[in-house]
Amino acid sequence: MHAILEYGFLQSALLAGLLASIGCGVMGSYVVVKRIGYMAGGISHSVLGGMGAALFFGFAPMQGALLAALVAALIIGWIKLRWRAQEDTLIGAMWAMGMSIGILFISRTPGYATDLVSYLFGNILLVSREQIGHMAILDLLVIGMVLAFYRQFLAVSFDEEFARLRGVPVNFFYLLFLCLVALTVVLLVQVVGLVLVIALLTLPAAIAGHYIHTMGRMMLAASALGMVFTTTGIMASYYLDAPTGAIIILIAGSAYLVSAVFSQWWRQGKARRSVGKL
Amino acid sequence: MNAIEIHDLSFAYSETPVLEGIDLTVPEREFLGIVGPNAGGKSTLLKIILGLLPPTRGSVKVLGTTPAQARTRLGYVPQYPAFARDFPVTVEQVVLMGRLGRGRMIGGYSHRDHEIARRVMGETEIGNLAQRRIDQLSGGQLQRTLVARALACEPEILILDEPTANIDMRVENELFDLLKLLNQRMTILVVSHDIAFISGYVHRVACLNRTLICHRTEDIDGQVIQQLYDNEVRMVAHHHH
Repeated sequence: MHAILEYGFLQSALLAGLLASIGCGVMGSYVVVKRIGYMAGGISHSVLGGMGAALFFGFAPMQGALLAALVAALIIGWIKLRWRAQEDTLIGAMWAMGMSIGILFISRTPGYATDLVSYLFGNILLVSREQIGHMAILDLLVIGMVLAFYRQFLAVSFDEEFARLRGVPVNFFYLLFLCLVALTVVLLVQVVGLVLVIALLTLPAAIAGHYIHTMGRMMLAASALGMVFTTTGIMASYYLDAPTGAIIILIAGSAYLVSAVFSQWWRQGKARRSVGKL
Repeated sequence: MNAIEIHDLSFAYSETPVLEGIDLTVPEREFLGIVGPNAGGKSTLLKIILGLLPPTRGSVKVLGTTPAQARTRLGYVPQYPAFARDFPVTVEQVVLMGRLGRGRMIGGYSHRDHEIARRVMGETEIGNLAQRRIDQLSGGQLQRTLVARALACEPEILILDEPTANIDMRVENELFDLLKLLNQRMTILVVSHDIAFISGYVHRVACLNRTLICHRTEDIDGQVIQQLYDNEVRMVAHHHH
């Protein structure tokens, strides 16, 4: 515990983890119930293109990441709305092209090697105070939008056709929704890096989904779980002197596997008890 | 004013004609059954009336205006629910979705929305299931939830696509008794494959197999059914010999 009080960088890292968890709980729940983890993966990997370009042209990587994530979200959303059939191929292409663009830019920028690894796998111990401010703003944006349009997001992700019949501008909300996923991805890239984002985005919500069956509570539980995983992961990585992103994902992944087995067993037990009552 | 007026409507998916030269006028408060073989164009016709598909040729007027503009005044109960059965929502949340598109854009549902949801859940006898998750419902309960969602739109026309495909006979009777009651205040279009069953409820039957012929319920006999289903009826008869 001394370490937390003593080292500013550790405090910043923990704070960044908490902030990322909020976005990951809220948007992760949608991603899980709507089963669009692959789309989120496409968005997160194309972020490297933006980060590489920002680095090459001398902007903050987070600005580049933000721009790339939003562009990728809009392109993927547009592809999905236009050509449903070849969606996975096209997302795969975006995924790989984004990364390729990033690697090209980074290779042209001096001193690239260390940066590349920290973009791919995160380096939360280097998060600055300024970045934490930006993360808080992204969180507020995501939460504000979800609160304002909760009904529409729920209706569009539940039954698109019916929402359309009710006069809800489905395409608009679909694209807005993907943009919010993009903002969340940028939040999470700060913590675990872009390769590991899908795991942190989906695992806490998937665990919550094993036990909780309304959207609002699922978001709260997923955020809380995310906070537990990032906090324990950061502390463990500090004491073990191991890469933070990888530790956080291993903790979240193990928790998911244990929960998957446990919840199955728990449900079967409940079913047996209810049969026994007859 | 007629609820629905369709003149010389044709529709084709790329090169396959699905509907040809359809003329149909549905007066207000009619209870119309649409029957026909699979792939006869029933769902396509509904989608055109709902404004989800544009007609290839011909004109469609719903409630005196275009389908797209009349859309929010219709209630629709789909054949295959487009949603995942394990989606984490409650019956009440699903029914409330029928209130979307009215009132404010931002924030939650109004007091009135909740009141209307409660009322239609009472009408469809699912009031006690309000907080139940949809993955815990039986086929009949889910069907009632979808009818309640459509009623929450306070529709002038209620459109149901094969509402009894996944439920048993007893529930089917209950559902049509409910529709008969609702018909006192709204026009109803119901698609079915079971012409004999719906004849006891509807005023008119529209037989759709790419082209459309309307029959008053009293005129329906074996010959009409045979004409419509043609091969299928013969196939069934063959099995009995």
